[in-house]
Amino acid sequence: MTVGVPTLPRHRQAQLLAAYEREVTRRRLQWFAVLGALAVLIAVAGQWGEVEPGNLLHHLSGLTSYFGRIMPRLRVAHFAADVADWYWNFFGWLKLLFDTVLIAYLATLAGTLGAAVLAFPAAANLAPSLSLRWCVKRLLEFCRTVPDLVFALMFVAALGLGPLAGVLAIGIHSFGTLGKLFTEVVENIDMKPVDGVRSTGGRFAEIVRYGALPQVLPNLASYALLRFEINVRASAIVGFVGAGGIGQDLFVAIRKFYYSDVSAILLLIIVTVSVIDLLTEKIRHRLMPVERIR
Amino acid sequence: MSALRELLAGDPAVVLTRHRSLLVKSRQRQAAQIGVPAAFMCLTMFAVWWLGISSAQIGSGLRELVKFAALMLPPSTGGHLRLFAHAMGETLAIAFLGTLSAAVLALPLGLFAAKNTTPSLALRFAIRRLLDTIRGIDTLIWALVFVGVVGLGPFAGILAIAVSDTGSFGKLFSEAIEAARAHERESVIACGGTQWMGIRFGLLPQVLPVIASLVLYFFESNTRSATIIGIVGAGGIGLQLSEQIRTYDFDQVSFIILLILAAVASIDWASGRLRAAMIGRRPGTA
Repeated sequence: MTVGVPTLPRHRQAQLLAAYEREVTRRRLQWFAVLGALAVLIAVAGQWGEVEPGNLLHHLSGLTSYFGRIMPRLRVAHFAADVADWYWNFFGWLKLLFDTVLIAYLATLAGTLGAAVLAFPAAANLAPSLSLRWCVKRLLEFCRTVPDLVFALMFVAALGLGPLAGVLAIGIHSFGTLGKLFTEVVENIDMKPVDGVRSTGGRFAEIVRYGALPQVLPNLASYALLRFEINVRASAIVGFVGAGGIGQDLFVAIRKFYYSDVSAILLLIIVTVSVIDLLTEKIRHRLMPVERIR
Repeated sequence: MSALRELLAGDPAVVLTRHRSLLVKSRQRQAAQIGVPAAFMCLTMFAVWWLGISSAQIGSGLRELVKFAALMLPPSTGGHLRLFAHAMGETLAIAFLGTLSAAVLALPLGLFAAKNTTPSLALRFAIRRLLDTIRGIDTLIWALVFVGVVGLGPFAGILAIAVSDTGSFGKLFSEAIEAARAHERESVIACGGTQWMGIRFGLLPQVLPVIASLVLYFFESNTRSATIIGIVGAGGIGLQLSEQIRTYDFDQVSFIILLILAAVASIDWASGRLRAAMIGRRPGTA
């Protein structure tokens, strides 16, 4: 059995091919334009950013040898002694890590409480007054956009070195981000319970407490836990500017080229962060069974 | 029906007996309602005690902060406008070049970390752990490391963002690649194309819009990161900011913060427009 493949008449085929060619050429030109613009931007940014590929090549061996040098010397023959030597300050670092986690905890708690209070007046469906809503939204925006390290620098100048500056800095940044997320959660609630409470004469506080809060609580808790994970990472960093936690020791170790200390502290941070990630993920799944996540 | 409703509304005892489970909390719920806040309170008090945070420190610190806030107004350039503008340009250059190089580095890594393009389990596993490790280390730590390797300046910042975002991009790209439909690639191969052609003509057109949108999104967030890596000496506005804070020139601090807010807002706006244009130009891929 033979199957005939229908062929187009010559002139029609030529027409279609020409159209195809035109389309391909157009897209190629578009691509060239994009690539050209990118090249110009790269050249300008490279000039501005003082990019010296020669410098990188010159230091490339330094980079690879850096990672070679921070690796600990572990030999099979006296493994335990080598590990003990590597983690010579294990309990000191453990205490600092504990500090770090507590800083993250306090900051998350403060940020969550603040955001949970202000999310209701900032939500479009519940806001008692438009001007209040506008003010709250701008405040949240400000707290979100200024990086937490900038807050930390300022608080260290005002409050002195120590964990309080870190707590406040991370707390304020969390307040900004959580406030935005919480507001979006509140804006997506089912309005029937809210209308029910309002129809019986409830005031704003009662509407929030009995109409809105029960609906959003699991969501808020889940976001707060997610934020806690992020804050543990952040609080490991704020020590760079003297705001408490393990960052201070890491900063000193990197700056003063205590090579094996760098890898020891980094490994501790990575392990702590992954353990906390696993734990909070478990709790979040219990809070929000998978089928309830929309 | 209406008689029943009247009866229910009139007699609280009837309402209570009919809906006991709704109106009376179970013992477990009651315990949880007291226990959970109490646990949080205890943990908070312990944390405050452990970290040595005193109310005196908070009080004097707040007074100090109010003083700072008063010093911040009005914002002033302090005659360093050119310097600040140059530093801000440096920050944008760091964010741009860092994000772009990260994307270029991460594309092959993403292909090697995706299940449908890399059948070898060992290779995939190795690449994924590599990406995890890179991602586990914060941008600021990378910046410190690169300051040690290539010296102070924006180049260290570019490298820091390039490396740390390679980790995030590699993971996200591989997820985008795994989510792509297999039909296009299979048909390219069925027509006699090589594996490489299958990826180039069957896979990349699907994932490129996703990747472009991710890159833009990261460019936005890196503009923020690039403002702080200067604090450890890796170039950009952060260096000026930390210097002005250390010398208590708070009117210039507030000017720099306003400059950062304006730059971040305009980058957000521009990349939002660009993303909308890209997604709009390729219907069906959004």
